Amino acid sequence: MANSYYDPSDLRKFGNITEWSEELGTKFFDYYNKVFEEGALSAREKSLIALAVSHVVKCPYCIDAYTKDGLQRGITKEEMMEAVHAGAAIESGATLVHGVQMMNKYNKLSM
Amino acid sequence: MATKSLKARHLELADHNRQLEILNGGLFEEGELPYFKDKIAEIGEFPLKPRNLEILQINVGYMCNQVCEHCHVDAGPDRKEIMTRETMELCLEVIRNTGAHTLDLTGGAPEMNPDFRWFVEEASKAGIKDFIVRSNLTIIRANKKYHDLPQFFKKHNIHVVSSMPHYTKGKTDKQRGDGVFDKSIKALQELNAVGYGMPDSPLRLDLVYNPSGAFLPSDQAAMERDFKKALKEDFDISFHNLFAITNLPISRFLDYLIASENYDDYMISLVDAYNPSAVQNVMCTNTISVSWDGWLYDCDFNQMLDLKVASKVQHIREYNEDILQNRNIIISQHCYGCTAGAGSSCQGVVT
Repeated sequence: MANSYYDPSDLRKFGNITEWSEELGTKFFDYYNKVFEEGALSAREKSLIALAVSHVVKCPYCIDAYTKDGLQRGITKEEMMEAVHAGAAIESGATLVHGVQMMNKYNKLSM
Repeated sequence: MATKSLKARHLELADHNRQLEILNGGLFEEGELPYFKDKIAEIGEFPLKPRNLEILQINVGYMCNQVCEHCHVDAGPDRKEIMTRETMELCLEVIRNTGAHTLDLTGGAPEMNPDFRWFVEEASKAGIKDFIVRSNLTIIRANKKYHDLPQFFKKHNIHVVSSMPHYTKGKTDKQRGDGVFDKSIKALQELNAVGYGMPDSPLRLDLVYNPSGAFLPSDQAAMERDFKKALKEDFDISFHNLFAITNLPISRFLDYLIASENYDDYMISLVDAYNPSAVQNVMCTNTISVSWDGWLYDCDFNQMLDLKVASKVQHIREYNEDILQNRNIIISQHCYGCTAGAGSSCQGVVT
């Protein structure tokens, strides 16, 4: 057993999840691959969205994969960092917007 | 960024035997990754055989005005290997008699060979359909004596294929040296000014994209769209096609991979991206590569590893297309670079 929760070499084994549940694994990868094809959004734009979400969900495998994917697509480091900030802004906004709930509750309970 | 070649710095990777040791050892020797020959044997392509000869690629010297970090030739201002007029005469004789329809002049900076213009003029008369010169662009701005190259290229209807790692200054200068981006942009504008690269122009101007780091190129068509949009909007530059080329793990790129501790991961990426349908179209199957001193190789990469053709004909002076067509192509683990993803060659993707 590895003595760390995350091992970079595990990323290459992602496809192996299908071995223990072929139908669900296959359906997932079919969906996943379809999502990242060129569509109304370009594959390049989707790659930046994926990079931002990778940070929000704090997935080191995804950050590894989509940083590399961005480099391969010629995406610049400035574009990558802007995407991460967009994700971070939504994440912090999502925390802060709950402050309204706190304020509502506070006001309701207060004289 | 280094300003001298591996050879001038007397580094161990300047020795092609050391490079081959590395390529054949490590993860391959340990059985973690399959040897390239075993991989192509699975699809019945070992030994790899040539198809019809289409491209004669001639390296007229390793001298260059740039010292790019990824250069597989280990070219630079300190490299003195240069093709003589005598060897060029031998090449001309072959050009006149060969079945190849494409002549591909490369270097170093081929324009730095003192007999470059003479050779182009003589070779132009031979009736080659596509006469390519691989220009690093900055040579056009490097010195007054090169400023008229766009007109010279136009006069001989040369197909200019130019290196351009990215449409942003930062990425380009990091790979190729400070100031390269600005000079390249100026050179492209000068090529455009004489008619190169315009949508309906017969004066072909293609760009070559090499990844600036330890990763593979993405979809060539998408990259081309991005390059065209950015260069047009930012600098009013037009060009025809973008060739996305995978960096092969030899010479200075190999040195970079090892120094940055990316070698194993890069080889894993290449092997994971192996595409069997690219094998039949790799460039060694339709190309002969000639070195500055007249030796024959299956490709430019084998030339840098000094893996001469496996044939009793090994030098341009004894060139015989029929005999060469019967050879087995020499392969090693660097060949995974040409079969990764959509495949890679000096003309871009192969699938």
